Amino acid sequence: MPLIMPDLKPVMPEIVMTVIAIGMLLAELVIKRKETIGFLTIIGAGIAAFTLAGSMGTTFGGMYVSDGYSTFFKLIFLVNLILTILMSSRYLETLKINFGEYYSLILFATLGMMLMASAADIIVLYLGLELMALSTYILAGFIRYDIKSNEAAMKYLLLGAFASAILLYGTSMIYGLTGTTNLRDIAVYIAKAELASNPVLMLSMIFFAVAFSFKIAAVPFHMWAPDAYEGAPTPITAFMSVGPKAAGFAVLGRVFLTAFGSVRMDWAAIFIPIAILTMAVGNIVALSQTNIKRMLAYSSIAHAGYMLLGVIAGTPDGLASMLNYMFIYAFMNIGAFAIIIMLRTETFKGEDIADYQGLSKTHPMAAALMLIFMFSLTGIPPMAGFMGKFYLFMSAINAGYTWLVIVAVLFSAISAYFYLRIVMLMYMKEPKETVQLNSSPGVALALVVTVGAVLFIGILPSKFLLFARLAASAF
Amino acid sequence: MEQTMNNALGFPILSMLICWPLVGAAFLLFISRTNEKAIKMVSLLISVATFLLSILLFSHFDKSTHLMQFVERYEWIPYLNMHYHLGLDGISVLFVLLATLVTVLSVLISWESVKMKTKEFFICLLVLESAMIGVFCSLDFMLFYLFWEAMLIPMYLLIGVWGGPNRVYAAVKFFLYTLVGSVLMLVGIIVLYFYAGRSFNILELMTKAYPYKMQLMLFWAFFAAFAVKVPMFPVHTWLPDAHTEAPTAGSVILAAVLIKMGAYGFLRFSLPLLPDASREMAPVMLALSVIAIIYGGIICLAQTDLKRLIAYSSVSHMGFVTLGIFALNTQGVEGGILQMLNHGIVTGALFLSVGIIYERTHTRVIADYGGVASVMPIYASLFIVFTFASIGLPATNGFVGEFLILLGGFKASQWAGVLSASGIIIGAGYMLWLYQRVFFMETSQKVAGLQDITTRELMTLLPMVILIFWIGIYPNTYLSFMHPSVQHLLERVNGGSAPAVAVNAITQILR
Repeated sequence: MPLIMPDLKPVMPEIVMTVIAIGMLLAELVIKRKETIGFLTIIGAGIAAFTLAGSMGTTFGGMYVSDGYSTFFKLIFLVNLILTILMSSRYLETLKINFGEYYSLILFATLGMMLMASAADIIVLYLGLELMALSTYILAGFIRYDIKSNEAAMKYLLLGAFASAILLYGTSMIYGLTGTTNLRDIAVYIAKAELASNPVLMLSMIFFAVAFSFKIAAVPFHMWAPDAYEGAPTPITAFMSVGPKAAGFAVLGRVFLTAFGSVRMDWAAIFIPIAILTMAVGNIVALSQTNIKRMLAYSSIAHAGYMLLGVIAGTPDGLASMLNYMFIYAFMNIGAFAIIIMLRTETFKGEDIADYQGLSKTHPMAAALMLIFMFSLTGIPPMAGFMGKFYLFMSAINAGYTWLVIVAVLFSAISAYFYLRIVMLMYMKEPKETVQLNSSPGVALALVVTVGAVLFIGILPSKFLLFARLAASAF
Repeated sequence: MEQTMNNALGFPILSMLICWPLVGAAFLLFISRTNEKAIKMVSLLISVATFLLSILLFSHFDKSTHLMQFVERYEWIPYLNMHYHLGLDGISVLFVLLATLVTVLSVLISWESVKMKTKEFFICLLVLESAMIGVFCSLDFMLFYLFWEAMLIPMYLLIGVWGGPNRVYAAVKFFLYTLVGSVLMLVGIIVLYFYAGRSFNILELMTKAYPYKMQLMLFWAFFAAFAVKVPMFPVHTWLPDAHTEAPTAGSVILAAVLIKMGAYGFLRFSLPLLPDASREMAPVMLALSVIAIIYGGIICLAQTDLKRLIAYSSVSHMGFVTLGIFALNTQGVEGGILQMLNHGIVTGALFLSVGIIYERTHTRVIADYGGVASVMPIYASLFIVFTFASIGLPATNGFVGEFLILLGGFKASQWAGVLSASGIIIGAGYMLWLYQRVFFMETSQKVAGLQDITTRELMTLLPMVILIFWIGIYPNTYLSFMHPSVQHLLERVNGGSAPAVAVNAITQILR
């Protein structure tokens, strides 16, 4: 049988990422200045982003697809990667964990996410998921001397492995049922064999839902998130709160809408209670946190709940609103973490919520930025967070889930309390001690980008909505 | 669109009114924190300029039509059919003027009293102004919502940063109450949007008919947002805290403009969009209004804190406003709108006055005062004017508004009319008693030797005095703005059978 060279254009961004990731691993041996590696990584990510544009198509016998949907997610991953690296170098220096592997691990994790976004076959999906997860486990435990960081990695690893096993279990059932792992073929088979209310199909869908819920940190599969977020190095926390969550949503959207598109009502019934629980637990438990990283962990859980509304809606508009929200969430969340990173010095952790007391007096600029991110996360216009939520709610109402949206807006109003608490401490209390800002050009740039995006998308979201809508039109 | 008129001025005045304060706020960012004088001067200049610009609205407004004027319309988010759509009619135009005037006065009154974070204070004030103007001008429901919510941020900071001892609690309470109400309205807006065929255009939404059941649900969803803002009886508890703890400028803006937005919301959205539900629910609303009037009044009698007393009097006065609006007749609605202005002027003036004396004594406890009239005679004479206007003495603006409302109220329900009239008596009781306790009797320790009001302070109060008598003696200047628009509104609500003569007869009598 002659060997036919597969079409490599759709995987070009991934090839670029692989080359750079391996290159960085080797470069670390010769380049002593770690900032240079960070800089090269950013350039590499830029090149990968550049190749995204011409990568549309399907390849490897239909196992791999590059479409608007995957491209949109890959853009989020690359933005996430670049912003994380911008915030990292000074932080790593401060904590004396400045090792070159950091950069290639981040690159590999992002590569895994990109594979997931493009997977048209459950096997590819699993490959990507493991690549992402294994790299992130290591990154979470990157502060080797810190017991909390170790705990974060351990917990993340154990629960992550558990989720992977469940995913494989679901896959084996679906394979047993349909004889294929290709998402489109599964959909065709389900329609042809009229499997609509088949219990095995139901069970495998539940397994998929559980596995993906682990990745997006949806309740009741969120247990790892607060500990992992708290213990991990803060740039990695920012990275984890956006990247793996977005990747989880990418596969969740694709698997359920492509493979199980014909049994939408069945899986919507699985996700509705998950979404409600996620919003409830995320927002309510966040109220009582004293550590800001933990608080943001619960907040990111809650945001996963909002985004699930888009998936539950199950319409192209619903997916588009989920994509749009993910994009906005990336900026506002990373922005908030950038402020947390700035507060960290060698002697001062700056992770207690109380440390923010009186920040507006000592550092008015940082406080003003944090205020913008907090209001954006709450969803108050004119910040982007509002537009994101608004579009989500709109598409859910259009799909007939008005009552679910009422639940969501009420929880979203509850969330105002803990976001406002940060603002309140910064602006309405006197500073206890003088907090030093550990600012660097990288963090400053990340802040400029994130705050710019939050305000710009908040006021003129038109282009972004259209882009998201276009990306979701494949479904 | 036949419901709008071309912009008579030839330049986008409404956008300029919204942008000007924002540009000013951005400009303030670049002034050094230590140069407080420059910060104050720039804020004053900007707010005065905005006010002068808004006078053009007053002079160029065509009073003969209910159509939207000074209209601007641009695409904002075409995919969702959202527009940047501004315009004014007889119902909203006066509130824009009120907002710009009150901002000038707020800047003046804060000249000395704001001692920390001056820069942030004036930035908040200017941002708040532009959001307020935006709320009254928006003709796109989402644009309205955007301004409506955006207003929360500067107001939250004003109360929480520069407020009194219990400010944090008051600020959070204010924010959460308003937010919960607003998000429910958001759901209502979206439901309406899909039902009406994907449109946020208020003028277009007004022309459609909605099934009664849906109207009812939307009515209560909107009620959640508007009633909290007004504030109406069961959801009023944020107001005394917010008003009491806010800095003077914050209290003034809250009382004069912010709480008007709730009543404005009823007029602009609930009544014309949901006419059947509004008619059916009117008795409930009348009952809530009457409760607010009497309950608010009685609580005032028990207050020991100056600002808290005036805050509760707002609950009572706004009860009159909602009573007038839901009387659903010309007198009631016009009286309601006029009373909204009146309340803005009078309560704004009262809060300004309290701010002036608080700056000198640093106490709000009524018992600490006494004999102020002998120490500060000019101040005392101004305060009595505001007191009388608040009670509704003839020749002051309060009389005209309350009289019209009571007329409308009697027509709608005799019980409501009778009961709310008793609210006026309670009002006279607590205001006069307050005046007596603060200004007469023996001169107390804290008051002795106080300096009478300065020219700057006089300048902040004088416009209010003028307006009180202007509206009180010749209300037609202001009523004439609203006739066609109110008529049009009532035709929509009552199905085209509203008598137009009555209000003219009343203005005849008043003259």
